[in-house]
Amino acid sequence: MAKYKTKGLDCWKRAKELRNRYYKDYKESPSRGGLRWEGGAWSFDAIPQALEGEVHGLSEEPYGASIAHNPELQVRYQEAAEGKWGCARDLCSYMRAYWGSVALNEYAYGGPWPHADFIFQNQICCCHSKWLQVADEIDGGTTPYFCFDVGVGPYDKIGDRQIEYVVAQLYDGIAFIERVTGRKIIEEKLIQNVYNTYRSNCYWAKTCELNQAIPAPLDEKTMFSLYVLGSLEKSNQAIADFYEKELYPEVKDRVANKIAAVADERCRVLGDSQPPWGFLRIYRYLEQYGIVSVANLYTFSLIGWMKVDEKGHLVPYPTLEEQGITIKDRDHALRLLVEGELKGKLMWAPFYGANYKNDLVTKIAKQWRCDAAIIHLNRGCEGTAQHQMQLKIALQEMGVPVMTFEGNMADEREFDEGRVLRLIELFVTETLGLKKVA
Amino acid sequence: MIVAGIDIGGKNVHVVILKDGALAAQGAAATGIQKAEAAERLYEETLRKAGLKRGEVGRVVATGSAGKRVAFADACIADAAADARGVHRLFPSARTVIDIGAEEGRAIKISPEGKVLDFAINEKCAAGTGTFVEAMAIALEISVEEMAAISLKSNTSIPMNAQCAVFGESEVVSLIHQNVEKQDIAKAVHDAIAGRIASVARIVGLEKDIAVIGGMAKNDGFIDSLRKEMAMDIIVPNDPDFVGALGAAEAAAKGVLEEKIAAKVVGQEIVEGEKTS
Repeated sequence: MAKYKTKGLDCWKRAKELRNRYYKDYKESPSRGGLRWEGGAWSFDAIPQALEGEVHGLSEEPYGASIAHNPELQVRYQEAAEGKWGCARDLCSYMRAYWGSVALNEYAYGGPWPHADFIFQNQICCCHSKWLQVADEIDGGTTPYFCFDVGVGPYDKIGDRQIEYVVAQLYDGIAFIERVTGRKIIEEKLIQNVYNTYRSNCYWAKTCELNQAIPAPLDEKTMFSLYVLGSLEKSNQAIADFYEKELYPEVKDRVANKIAAVADERCRVLGDSQPPWGFLRIYRYLEQYGIVSVANLYTFSLIGWMKVDEKGHLVPYPTLEEQGITIKDRDHALRLLVEGELKGKLMWAPFYGANYKNDLVTKIAKQWRCDAAIIHLNRGCEGTAQHQMQLKIALQEMGVPVMTFEGNMADEREFDEGRVLRLIELFVTETLGLKKVA
Repeated sequence: MIVAGIDIGGKNVHVVILKDGALAAQGAAATGIQKAEAAERLYEETLRKAGLKRGEVGRVVATGSAGKRVAFADACIADAAADARGVHRLFPSARTVIDIGAEEGRAIKISPEGKVLDFAINEKCAAGTGTFVEAMAIALEISVEEMAAISLKSNTSIPMNAQCAVFGESEVVSLIHQNVEKQDIAKAVHDAIAGRIASVARIVGLEKDIAVIGGMAKNDGFIDSLRKEMAMDIIVPNDPDFVGALGAAEAAAKGVLEEKIAAKVVGQEIVEGEKTS
């Protein structure tokens, strides 16, 4: 008999609908007089989404991950990027998949590549800076492009100067968008988008916090399909409502009623970096041993905003409503947006040093009661893969057994499933001493 | 009690048969492409060597990259686990195991009981494996055995710049054209591999005693380079390439014991003094 009750999420279907609609809207928008823009998942989508009329964005990384779910598509697009543009394999694999899609004039959701009306990007890493420049070059080189810098320092060093630096660029960005589209940014829309951004990010963080419960209500494989909505369009009303009014209450109920993600949970693991998207079945393999992956700085913080409280614990960042803040005007909206992103998105922090990553991840390991860690040495993303070996040492020093395996989030040619499963089996049976659940 | 361990690696298959804990026979052969068939043939051959029939073997455990292809095995264990058990049987004081085979180099930290505590592997890189040495030997137009012997005669250190087996070969050809002595090139190759393997081993920590096993452990030139690189003494068993299969056989013996214990518990008989794990 299983240790815990388990069942699927009631809101799962809704999450799928929202995601499918996003990609469909991007494709069909021009037929309704709508505009299209490209940018990163870390982009401040609240701004372009405040344009008058219908507007839809395509965020690069989730699109790359979507391609990666399909091994055949993945290889074809990677080879197109390499063959047509001669790009090296050590570049971001999401980016290469994206370039391949453009080069082949294919949209992974059907039809030809949908051209954007403008690009609104932020420089979170060297790849993001060039990604859409090259994509546009492949696409004909005519798309207006704006990029702003956010490399201002980690969450604990954000002050008025850093916020002002980014806000000033966003004003330039707004002027750019209005000039190239001939449309205006509507202040009321911007303000609502910022409220929605806070709700999406804070309620995802609250949902992640619930995974501290034993048994964990969610497993990481499921969480991937849920965080993605925020990476598509965190400023979207329907998505913010989903996080606040559907997902979070349902997961809270699961905790109250001890409904587990994995019925035989007996070992909780911590992950790191994006997973190898074409091989998520490794999570199902782990479940055979009663292992559930409950936590990952990436899965939490790509979207979820958190902060370190006075006791040194990671807690969800408060929404504007919880802070008692009413947005007054455009300037107030922009400042709150920037402050939330720079202080709350802890995923920026590892870019500033191993000590930040070690501190955050060891806190996660402790608070989420992780028994072990399985680290994906992700060749596809230098940003999330940095400091992983230092992290391994830090976790081992706190008594958490760790294994690593090499792979690539979006290039299946660099993932050896047989070998990885052998390594996992070794770690699980020898180091953790677990047998398969009968 | 008769048990067998079968280790199918990237290039070779090894079989070890134990009878009441003592070595009854062992055998090795190239796997070729038909790995499962190669294992079957070698198993039969080794049984004949031991004067045994198939039915007399109580349990067979396989290991290695193709271990799961041994259809007649009762169980399959991870290669690092087999290494740990094999080394523990031979050298109970060992705490670090370095296994360098044809396609993989790995470092394993083991407990006093011979269990795997931590491991590190040179994934996706031929430059820390036996394949690299073979490729360089071909470039030098000598056998691997000759390469091992002549490298010990060199007192020159030539750092190899290439971190990759492909570029390494190119570098060796350049050295040949520069009229560098073959013995010096051979030593340079061994030093390069030793450097890579030592880096992998340092991930798990170098704790004495350190045992080196696998086919590359038979290469005295490489072992000399590794000793110097790590600045620590290392133990190399006789027949280092059989240690994985030996460890699998040890696991088979433990499995037989566990089955006996389970059978006794079911039958409500607990025999005093019997091992419980």
